[in-house]
Amino acid sequence: MENIETGQLIKLTVNEQSKEIYVRNSETLLHTLREKLGLMGVKPGCYNGDCGSCTVLIDGIPINACHILSVEAVGYQIMTIEGLKDQTIPEEFIKNWAIQCGYCTPGFILNSYALVQNNPDADDAAIDEWLESNICRCTGYQEIKESVKNILNVKR
Amino acid sequence: MIPIDFEYHRPKAITDAIKIYQALTADNKDTVYYGGGTELISRSRLNEITPQAIIDLKNIPECNTFKREAGQIVIGSTVSLTAIADTPLFPLLSNVVRSIAFRTARNKITIGGNLAGDTFYREAILPLLLSDSKVVLAGGKGIRQVEIHEIVGKGMKLAKDEFIVQILINEKYTKYPYFNHKTTKQSKVNYPIVSLASIKVDDRIRIAFSGVCPFPFRLREIEDIMNNSAESPGERARKVIDLLPSAILNDMHASREYREFVLKQSLCKLLEHVERRVS
Amino acid sequence: MNSNNFSVVGKSVPRVDIADKASGRTKYTNDLSSPGMLHAKLHISDRAHAMIHSINLKKAWEVSGVRAIITGESFPFPVGPLLADRPPLALKKVRYFGEPIALVVADTEQQAKKAAMLIEVVYEDLPVVNSPSEALKSDTPLIHEDLGSYKVQVKGVYPVPNTNIANLTKIRKGNLEAGWKNSDVKIDSKVSFGPSDHAALETRSARAEIKPSGHVIVHTASQGPFYVRKLLSQFFHIKPGMITVHTPAVGGAFGGKGAVQLEFLAYLASRAVGGKLVNLQNSREEDLMASPVHIGLEARVKLGATQEGKLQAAEIEYLFDGGAYSDTGAGISKAAASDCTGPYSIENVYCDSYCMYTNHPYATSFRGFGHPELTFAIERAMDKLAEKLNMDPLELRLLNAIKPGDTTPTQVHLNASNIGDISACLLRMKEMLNWNPDTQIMKTEDGKIRAKGISCLWKTSSTPPNATAGAVLTFNTDGSVNLSCAAIEVGQGTKTVLAQILAEKMKMAMKDIHVKLEVNTHHDPHQWKTVASSTTYIAGRAVMAAADDAITQLKKIGAVALKCLPDDLEVGNSRVYVKDSPEYGVKITDLAVGYKYPDGNTVGGLVLGEGSYNVRHLTPLDPETGFGKPGPQWAVGVQAVEVEFNPEDFTYRVLKSATVLDAGKVINPQAAIGQMRGGMYMGLSWASRESFIFDGHGKILNPQLRTYDILRSSEIPEYLVDFVETPLVDGPYGARGMGEYGVIGMAGALGNALAKACGTDLYQLPLTHERIWGSMKGGGR
Repeated sequence: MENIETGQLIKLTVNEQSKEIYVRNSETLLHTLREKLGLMGVKPGCYNGDCGSCTVLIDGIPINACHILSVEAVGYQIMTIEGLKDQTIPEEFIKNWAIQCGYCTPGFILNSYALVQNNPDADDAAIDEWLESNICRCTGYQEIKESVKNILNVKR
Repeated sequence: MIPIDFEYHRPKAITDAIKIYQALTADNKDTVYYGGGTELISRSRLNEITPQAIIDLKNIPECNTFKREAGQIVIGSTVSLTAIADTPLFPLLSNVVRSIAFRTARNKITIGGNLAGDTFYREAILPLLLSDSKVVLAGGKGIRQVEIHEIVGKGMKLAKDEFIVQILINEKYTKYPYFNHKTTKQSKVNYPIVSLASIKVDDRIRIAFSGVCPFPFRLREIEDIMNNSAESPGERARKVIDLLPSAILNDMHASREYREFVLKQSLCKLLEHVERRVS
Repeated sequence: MNSNNFSVVGKSVPRVDIADKASGRTKYTNDLSSPGMLHAKLHISDRAHAMIHSINLKKAWEVSGVRAIITGESFPFPVGPLLADRPPLALKKVRYFGEPIALVVADTEQQAKKAAMLIEVVYEDLPVVNSPSEALKSDTPLIHEDLGSYKVQVKGVYPVPNTNIANLTKIRKGNLEAGWKNSDVKIDSKVSFGPSDHAALETRSARAEIKPSGHVIVHTASQGPFYVRKLLSQFFHIKPGMITVHTPAVGGAFGGKGAVQLEFLAYLASRAVGGKLVNLQNSREEDLMASPVHIGLEARVKLGATQEGKLQAAEIEYLFDGGAYSDTGAGISKAAASDCTGPYSIENVYCDSYCMYTNHPYATSFRGFGHPELTFAIERAMDKLAEKLNMDPLELRLLNAIKPGDTTPTQVHLNASNIGDISACLLRMKEMLNWNPDTQIMKTEDGKIRAKGISCLWKTSSTPPNATAGAVLTFNTDGSVNLSCAAIEVGQGTKTVLAQILAEKMKMAMKDIHVKLEVNTHHDPHQWKTVASSTTYIAGRAVMAAADDAITQLKKIGAVALKCLPDDLEVGNSRVYVKDSPEYGVKITDLAVGYKYPDGNTVGGLVLGEGSYNVRHLTPLDPETGFGKPGPQWAVGVQAVEVEFNPEDFTYRVLKSATVLDAGKVINPQAAIGQMRGGMYMGLSWASRESFIFDGHGKILNPQLRTYDILRSSEIPEYLVDFVETPLVDGPYGARGMGEYGVIGMAGALGNALAKACGTDLYQLPLTHERIWGSMKGGGR
């Protein structure tokens, strides 16, 4: 390797735990979370920030893990589906049949969780604005929307 | 999976960023400034670009500013599109950026990245062109403030070693009546085939375009036509077509003919909206 | 929906796989990490049709960590499920943009990708064949010069040497001339659309390892692990017993994971590195371009009817865009011929259904297997006929609905069991959508036009005559039962439905049924594939047989324990008990691993239930007339949409989307509704926006989900779903199967609604706003 620093030892805070790992600078958080930390709930779908399957929360904000470098995530609270303690949303997804193949589910659940946390008064337009970030290829989306609406209604 | 490797720097001050840039380029390293990074990640994954070093601007306090101050709206270049959409200090800008990509992407895309990136739509620039905004740039020659019009051409006219620090918008422009309209091929989440934004300043319509030509633009001649209320909206729309700064785009999103149709429709919609407001 | 006296069947019991999926803990193929595993990456073609002049691997080899690079020469033999026409890596020439040319194996994915990008290929361009109609012309260059020498793998596929025809299936039923003579009204209708994609969110992924013993271990995201085993065995001459294929959960498939492609490559990659474990996962771009796609079609439908609207004649030509290789495209063209008329009774039918080679990505099965495609063609034609007859489109369909006593295009006699009730579906839809002639086109106050469109649909399975499934039951010491069956859970809920069938049959609670989700060809009984909406039927019957077997054994040991005859006993509620005095019985817990007397002596051994089922009496189609039986039964349905069209800017929104399906007994209503909604969404997304965009040289311009447009949640319609339940006599509890059906009629219904709203013919998909604008430049309403 040439005499330049193209990788480094970093500390990431993932699901409230501090993790020390060596990463390449050009490594995406998607790769690091899956391959180095074994967090397989982060699902690759497009590697291009287009589908929302690998959504994780960075300081509570949904971010596509394929569209952020691991070195960028230093200093933030990273949450993956494995770190979601509040089971309200997963339970509502189950109740509403919002899961079929399950591949888009972690991304949808984390995005929905962030929506409910950040915008408990979300109206239909806000729900649309948030959920259109994620592609589901199985359900037709209605069940997912209903899940989110039910939770918002209970919160209100 | 990005196949290449690069250096990563995250300076905490403008001067540091510039110094790092100079040192890297002196070392012949292909160096780029990095905002949200979504475009850089996508394009290096596809091997379309191969930077050897990147300088992440997100830890520079000036780049993170987002406030109203002394009659100006100050927006740092690394402020996310979501933050701008959710905080309507300049409602037209909020509306325009809310139509870019989708929310999760907007959480990462920065306004500086939208303006200075390679993707030519650069929709966030439309309200800035309309409000004669100023841009604070930093680079080898230090920090300078320029009119947005000075750095907007068919691409962004920034020196290689320069980056956008802030955008300054005169607050008065945030109070004028405004209109914006974006048409996509089919799904709402997509690049624009025609995106236009407009404000009415002292009874004169200002209008800026994206998606029509391979660069966003605002032209005085076009605004002259648009303001000629003696002519019908349809006539004005037809004349605008003749004044466009390049041939209308013809690509996989829309044919030239269809874009022209959509553009005319959008212009008429805009005129109807603006002129009905007045009357 | 009636639920009869069933306790589990007909109930919306929760999915058995749901808790793990909701927590992100379900493991898909690429989630299985293994230290020391090597990674493979493809180098794909950036030409659609070209000779490969040379491949320079020098720079690629210079990348550190590279362990092997293979090209077409590494295995210079064609493979393919129906017709062996495709070398796993391009050999001498490339036939589509995105075709795999070389494969790099390296220590890390990054190194493999870096090296793959450094491979340099010198091409000599050939003329590109851009459409199936162009491919059919006699002066068009041949895509496969050696078509005549390719081996036909499955009976009933008819390639035509020295042409671009990979398969031609002919239907000759009745007398077409007489049909035209009896027709007062005739229409001639064309439709066309290019290839699109399945775009399952989990990209295809496979890994392979060859053990020193010669045992080949494959993990793959597949709808047919046994099929993978079969083809690996066939083309690499490995005994099936020496191959184990594992499939964990699959992240969406939609037919696209029934094809075998990456498995061949992973095997070759492993072979090139001494049998080490090698992983190959598609990027999204590769999944869209390099791996097989959803087929395109150009169709011409001529219909003749009496003044009263009774259909007399149908003359149909289907030109499927099979792309560069036939894969299952040949089978799709055959399946489309079998059901070529849609669910209408027509005495005189001629159909020529071609699978054409083009320089597009090659097609494989897509949810509906030729039926969403043919249905768009037929249903547009039916609406044109209705217009010409000045008849209500729904009434025209009702008048011609196929029913028991009629014959299908391949001359299968229909009876009260083997076909669902299309008329009942139509009448239910009429009610659901408040369909009447006055409300089909309405103007809104703001100048928009609301219109409704309808489509009938039907489909049989087109399974091979030996399509089979098995089930094995073992018991746990707590009396609960394990179900092992090679049906693949791709999201459709098959494992839940099979568990329900088992629970019903054994009169057990769902909590006492444990379904093995992962499939492993080494442990699980053979199953053809999980495709063709046939798993509930075939695997369901196997599960029932296995349950019967277990019940017999339980009664036998129970009889010993209870000092009576097996015939005196009944199994239920996890007990074996005496029929006329149910309080006298013994728990399954005490029988399943042998019945133990108080003194410790044990009789009976383990209870092991086994069962299998094979479709029966299917026959290949006659090459001249198509006479034959392509599947055991037909589920039928009706779909409709309501659109709001803006005549000012030619944009539209879909307001409502409705399905009434007769798939026999519905085993799990909520899961079934989910299948229908999801099918409608997928069908609408395809019909309104999904398509590859090619430049004039066959290059794909939109190989990413950013530009390959997919319907998102903010633009969905209101979904309406209902079922008619005409039982299939030999289906499990009367069920037929339904996975694909929600997609089939959507393009037809959308096209018909929009054509009505616009007052112009719409014959191309996707129905984008620009396309509607284009077709209305010449007039319209």
